[in-house]
Amino acid sequence: MSLIEITEVRKSFGDNEVLKGIDLNVEPGEVIAIIGKSGSGKSTLLRCINGLETINAGSIQVAGAQLATDELHLKALRLKVGMIFQGFNLFPHKTAGQNVMLSQMVVKKTPKPQAEEMAKKMLDRVGLGHKFDAYPDQLSGGQQQRVAIARALAMQPVALLCDEITSALDPELVQEVLAVVKELASEGMTLLMVTHEMRFARDVCSRVVFMHLGRVHEIGPPGEVFGNPKTPELRQFLGQTH
Amino acid sequence: MGYVFDYSWIGEYSGVLLKGLWLTVWLILVGATFGVALGIFCAWVRALGPKWARPIVGAYVELIRNTPFLIQLFFIFFGLPSLGVQMGETQAALLAMIINLGAYGCEIVRAGIQATTKGQFEAGWSLGLSRIETFRHVVLIPALQRIWPALSSQIVIVMLGSAVVSQIAAEDISYAADFIQSRTFRAFETYIVATLIYLALAILLRQLLKGVGWVLFPKRSAAR
Repeated sequence: MSLIEITEVRKSFGDNEVLKGIDLNVEPGEVIAIIGKSGSGKSTLLRCINGLETINAGSIQVAGAQLATDELHLKALRLKVGMIFQGFNLFPHKTAGQNVMLSQMVVKKTPKPQAEEMAKKMLDRVGLGHKFDAYPDQLSGGQQQRVAIARALAMQPVALLCDEITSALDPELVQEVLAVVKELASEGMTLLMVTHEMRFARDVCSRVVFMHLGRVHEIGPPGEVFGNPKTPELRQFLGQTH
Repeated sequence: MGYVFDYSWIGEYSGVLLKGLWLTVWLILVGATFGVALGIFCAWVRALGPKWARPIVGAYVELIRNTPFLIQLFFIFFGLPSLGVQMGETQAALLAMIINLGAYGCEIVRAGIQATTKGQFEAGWSLGLSRIETFRHVVLIPALQRIWPALSSQIVIVMLGSAVVSQIAAEDISYAADFIQSRTFRAFETYIVATLIYLALAILLRQLLKGVGWVLFPKRSAAR
């Protein structure tokens, strides 16, 4: 059984079918890059995996937790997968440390001292142990995104979903975030990332998924997908981005 | 102008004034606490709560915001006893203030909630927080911070508006002033004193609310 099993998933917004039957299995420790044009459904797919979007057909399960619409199932699923957003979404009224502590204390009922210890450990892991008491608006975009990663890691998920996590960053800040992601990948964290960082995808990912018009159009190891694209759509897409 | 000011009565009536002052202070402190709580609850219902409950809260808000406070007060004090609900003038005054502030507070707080970006909700949910937990821990404080000046003003308005509770013989500052001027026939001086007390009270209340904001909201965080 795979860690993440996505089976025949369909999703429509009104009359517009965005996902037209997606099948994807992810093994533990895999790093998957999802690439494709905007509107191809890649972000929607990611958002379906932790239940931020409901699906119209098919099934998704992560490490035994099944996607369903009730809060109990959703909570179980969301405890398995962490999510990092393009816009960081740190809580502005809480310090970096409190951002990392909140869900541990509220969702897992972790006592404060342990939550604090975990927060320190996770902030250290992303290189921001010294920013424990800083508020989000005192941090750069890259630092905010690293806090967001620490916040997701503190819940000890089995997989992380990264939705264009470097797209809102200034070019010089992209590398510090990618370095953290690379570190996680090397430690064996399962990652699904929607990204436009083709070089990163090529260097770090175990498989690349090219989405086109709501379908997995091409899938394979990065060497194959980037070196020898089989479909004209992928060739065209890669031609545009290189 | 030949008017001669005479404040010699103040000593004799200071007890009456203090008693009135105490009731007004008590009414606004208790009324604002419960009124804001009611406002937050109603704002949650209207913005995020169960769909069936939204029109009910909407009706309450519109009813209160489109009728005079004095009539609301009379309705509670003179009207409700016909339905078997009896209460003293102080309880009626407090209840009217809570209900009134609850409605205005609802709309103010709702504006703050609805200015929350979708990303804040999604960040809360994807960390495993339930909808209620996300509202309580993620959404509420920044929402209140956004609208705190408007809410503070509304609380001061309710405090000043509480002068009409003297109409049902709740013994507040206005009641004391009416009482004193009818005894001393020194209406001008009496209302100057009453005005100054309300003025001082309003300024103090604003400072107090600023202080509450200071404690509630971190200094450095910009409302987003």
